[in-house]
Amino acid sequence: MTRAPVPDAVLTVRGLAAHVAGQQVVEHVDLEVAANGVTALLGRNGVGKTSTIKAVMGLIDRAGTIELDGQDIGTLPTHRVAQLGVGYVPEDREVFSALSVSENLRIAERRGHQHRYDLVYDLFPELRQRAGQAAGTLSGGQQQMVSLARALLNDNRVLLVDEPTKGLAPRLVHEVGRALARAAEVVPVLLVEQNLQVVRDLAHHAVVLTGGRSVHHGPAAEFLDDPDLTQRLLGVSTGSERAV
Amino acid sequence: MSTVILLAVTGVGLGAIYFLVACGLSLIYGLMGVLNFAHGVFLSLGAFLGLEVAQLLGASTWTGFAVSLLVGALAGAVFAAATERILVQRLYNRHIEQVLVTVGLGLAAVALFDGIWGTDPRFPRGPSWLGETTGVAGASIPNVVFIAIVSAAAVLASIVLFLKHTRYGMIIRAGVENRSMVTALGIDVRTAFTLVFTIGGAAAGIGGVLASHHFGYVSPMLGQTLLIFAFIVTVIGGLGSLIGAAVASVLVALLQQFANFYLWGTGDFAVVVLLALVLLTRPSGLMGRKA
Repeated sequence: MTRAPVPDAVLTVRGLAAHVAGQQVVEHVDLEVAANGVTALLGRNGVGKTSTIKAVMGLIDRAGTIELDGQDIGTLPTHRVAQLGVGYVPEDREVFSALSVSENLRIAERRGHQHRYDLVYDLFPELRQRAGQAAGTLSGGQQQMVSLARALLNDNRVLLVDEPTKGLAPRLVHEVGRALARAAEVVPVLLVEQNLQVVRDLAHHAVVLTGGRSVHHGPAAEFLDDPDLTQRLLGVSTGSERAV
Repeated sequence: MSTVILLAVTGVGLGAIYFLVACGLSLIYGLMGVLNFAHGVFLSLGAFLGLEVAQLLGASTWTGFAVSLLVGALAGAVFAAATERILVQRLYNRHIEQVLVTVGLGLAAVALFDGIWGTDPRFPRGPSWLGETTGVAGASIPNVVFIAIVSAAAVLASIVLFLKHTRYGMIIRAGVENRSMVTALGIDVRTAFTLVFTIGGAAAGIGGVLASHHFGYVSPMLGQTLLIFAFIVTVIGGLGSLIGAAVASVLVALLQQFANFYLWGTGDFAVVVLLALVLLTRPSGLMGRKA
């Protein structure tokens, strides 16, 4: 396993294992999220990327050490993990479809946090125009904006963002990538992403999973520039920069 | 024509009582996935304590009647909140245990009520106006029916306003849709769970007092008898849908009334047939979310 140290990690995961309905979905994951920028969590389909993020959030049964700024959060319930400053953007957006856009944002407001409506509306001005619209009637791209906006609203310590460009048109992929770059200026991001061009544009560090285990840690650009490694671990040659 | 009007208005009145039981059941299932088989005892307790208080204050006075409604709501709310905090909160996502515990609580509470108030029915008295009728297009409608309809409409409006205009209401609406995402936003949904149980218990308690006047008696089994129809209403309306519960309550009660009168007392059978039809053609209910 290759390994490079991550300076001033904000989130540290050691020996993470996770189960869903009695089935082990994560075996042994170590990872660190740098205090700045984007750390990518990569791997082929079904290797445990989404499960790793859900395990950090406490949404599935987990074991191992999870520390946020040195504080153990590995045994806390999900709402406490979030209250301590872990923002979550799930794979399928999971906006509350019966609630309006503004309600989707208001419900995300946490007490004791500054609410960054300026940043949110600067990144996604459309959300202001559609404040009264039911979130379930938005397009996939607009729902992704709502999902990202909910996580950006509070001054989180770290964001866990799971496949934000999944199913989006190329123009929207670019827009989401731009929003993530802006977000990463104010909060570190752990990004699960299949689009390697987005990863190349955004990520400084990369952690790669295979079969529920972390097998590579290091600078993202170095990893993506190594066609043999990407071929072996992701099943693609990164020369073409196509999605995994 | 007057018969049709009588059946229609009394049907809506019966639907109002079904709704008062079913609204809590529906919200509890929608938010927490809990089928609460003890819900009927919230109604019975509300009815008994409302009766006791009305007798203390003067059963034939409007003050006694109004306070009995308040006491019924309070009794249902407190019992429901205690049930959630002490028993159900330990059993989320353990559905078999939930069923066992809530069925057990329902049986135990009925036995307790038997011990306290006896197995024979008791007959509440209210203000004399409640026992009279009002003519509507030739039909003589019992006044208690109007009180049931107005009360249920007020409860429905209050719950809708609460759900639409308060933060906890917003959390409950979001939680009905996606509970885990609500927790991932840093919200401890357990408070919302207790709140929903409390609201459901209060509505059932009010329903208990009104049911005792509507049917003319209170017994330990009153709540559990109505619970069967409340479950049917909840399923037909769509689990988790408040408006669905309201629509289905009226639909079921109207069907029951008309079938009882025109189809040789087959009201209960007609309701079960409707339930089967809805389950076969629209399993998520009239206004429930698609699976």
